[in-house]
Amino acid sequence: MSRYLVRRLLLTIPVLLGVATLVFALIHLVPGDPAQAMLGEGAEQEEIASLRTALGLDRPLLAQYGSFLSGLVRGDLGKSFRYNTPVTEQIREKLPNTALLAMAAMGVAIVFAIPLGIIAAVYRGRAPDHIAMTIALAGISMPNFWLGPLMAILFAVYLGWLPVSGTGTPAHLVLPAVTLGAALSAILARMTRASLLEELRELYVLAARARGLSGTRAILRHAFRNSLIPVVTIIGLQFGAVLTGTIITETIFSWPGLGRLLIQAINYRDYPLVQGCILFISVTYVAMNLLTDLTYGLLDPRIRYD
Amino acid sequence: MVRVGGFIVAVTIALALFGPVLSPYDTSSQELARRLEGPSAGHPFGLDELGRDILTRIASGARISLMVGLAVVSVSSVVGMFFGSIAGYFGGRVDDVISRVIDVLMAFPGILLAIALVAVLGPSLVNVVIALSVIGWVGYARLVRGQALRAREFEFVQAARALGANPGRIVLRHVLPTAFPSVVVQGTLGMAGAIIAEASLSFLGLGVQPPTPSWGTMLDAGRSHLFDAPHLTIFPGMAIALLVLGFNFLGDGLRDRIDPKMQR
Repeated sequence: MSRYLVRRLLLTIPVLLGVATLVFALIHLVPGDPAQAMLGEGAEQEEIASLRTALGLDRPLLAQYGSFLSGLVRGDLGKSFRYNTPVTEQIREKLPNTALLAMAAMGVAIVFAIPLGIIAAVYRGRAPDHIAMTIALAGISMPNFWLGPLMAILFAVYLGWLPVSGTGTPAHLVLPAVTLGAALSAILARMTRASLLEELRELYVLAARARGLSGTRAILRHAFRNSLIPVVTIIGLQFGAVLTGTIITETIFSWPGLGRLLIQAINYRDYPLVQGCILFISVTYVAMNLLTDLTYGLLDPRIRYD
Repeated sequence: MVRVGGFIVAVTIALALFGPVLSPYDTSSQELARRLEGPSAGHPFGLDELGRDILTRIASGARISLMVGLAVVSVSSVVGMFFGSIAGYFGGRVDDVISRVIDVLMAFPGILLAIALVAVLGPSLVNVVIALSVIGWVGYARLVRGQALRAREFEFVQAARALGANPGRIVLRHVLPTAFPSVVVQGTLGMAGAIIAEASLSFLGLGVQPPTPSWGTMLDAGRSHLFDAPHLTIFPGMAIALLVLGFNFLGDGLRDRIDPKMQR
C-alpha cells in the first residue's frame, strides 16, 4: 500500500505543475496588454506602467514564472487588483460558503439517490423502476441553470416557501443545494441501481435467502453493502463536477462563494483574483481525485497501481 | 432511442433552418408596449423584456447552439484524432509527451478551463468555440489513442507496413477508420456537451453577447423576471434540455448499435 501511495503522490506532482503552468499562462493570453485591459480604455500611460510593475509584467517571462511558482509554494497568490487585499484572503473568506453548499448538495444527492436506486433495482422492469429512472434521466438532462430558476419560480414565487436568493438561514440553502445536487443524484441513482442489480445476481444473496432471510433483509444487509463500493467511488469522482457546478449555482442564487467571486473577478478583469480562484478550484479538484483513488485502494485491497 | 433522439434533433434543425425565415417577426423587432407579455395566439411563447417574440428568438438561438456544437465537435475531433492516432500508432516519446498533456488537461475541470480561457480572450462566439475545443479534443485523443494501439497489431496494418506503405498513409487509411465509429458516438454525445457548455458560458455572460439570441443569454435575461414573467425562463430552458436529451439519446442509441456487447 505504501508503495502505491508514494507512486500515486509522485504522479500528482507533474499534474499540479501542469495546472499551475496553465494558470500562469492565462494572463499572457490576454489580447494586448493585461494592465491596459484591467484599467480600461481611458487609463493614463503612467497608471498602466505602474500596474505593469505591480503585476511584474515588465520582467522577463521566466523570472515571472519563477516568482509565480515560488509564491505558490509559500501560499502567496498575489494581490487582488480590485479589493487591494491578498487573493488568499478573498478565497479564505468565501471558501466556507462554497464548502457548505457543496456538502449540502452532496448530502441531498445521496439522500435522494440511494433509496431511488434501491427501489428501481428491487422493482426492476416494473412501474417503480420506470418512474425512478425517468426522474433520474430528467435530472441528468436538465441543466442546473434551468432547474435552479424553475425551482425558484415554483418554491419561492408561487408557493412562497423558500427565499429566492442570499444566505443566512438553513432555508436559504435548500434551493441552491437541490439545484446543485440534482445531476449528481441522478447519476448516483443509476449507479446504485446497476450496482445493486449486479450484486443481486450473486450466489451469496441466494444463500442468504436460502438460510431464511427475508428479501428486504437479504438486500439491505448483504447485497446493498457490497453494491456501495462503486457508488462511493462515483461520489468521490463527481465531487469535481459539484465543485465546478457551484460557479453557476452561486450565480443563480447570489450565493456568496468562490464561484461567484470568480465570475465577479472576471467581470472586473481582476486577473490575479481570477488566477487565484481557478488555481484553488483546480488544485482542490486534483486533490479530491487523488483522495478518491486512495480510498478506493483502501476499500478494495485487490486494486494496485501496477 | 435512436429514433426519439433523431426526431428531436431533426425538429430542432428544421426549427433553426426555417423558423427565423417563416416567423412574421424579426429577432430584434420590439413591441415595447407588450413587453413581458405571456403566451398568446400571436406569440405562442410570449414576449421578452424588450417586447421581442420569444419563439423567433428560440429558433434563432437554435442556430447558435447547433453551430457551436458542430464547430466544437469538428475541431476537437479532428485535432483529437490527429494527436490520438500518432500517439497510439508511433508510441514511445511522442506518446509520452501527448499522454502527459492529456493527463494535465484531464486533471483540470473542463468547464473551469473554458471559463478561464473565455475570461482572458474576451466573451465572443468564436472564443467560446476555441475554449470548448481546447478542452474537447482530449477526449477524442484518448479514445483514438486506445484504438490506434490496438489497430497497430492488426494483421492488415502489419501487412500494409510490410508492403512498404508510409506511416501517414497507414494511419489515415487503416488505423483511423477502425476508430471512426467510436468517434461518431463520442461526437454525438459531444454535441450535447458543447450545447450545454455554450449555454452555461452565455448564461454567465461569458459567451454570445446580446442582442444575438442564444439560449443561455435568454435564460440569463429571464433571471431578473422570475416573479413577473416566468415564461422568459421556462421556454429557452426547455429548448436546451430537449436538444441535449435528443443528442444524448442519439449517442447512446448509436453506441448500442455499434457495440454488440451493449445490446441486451
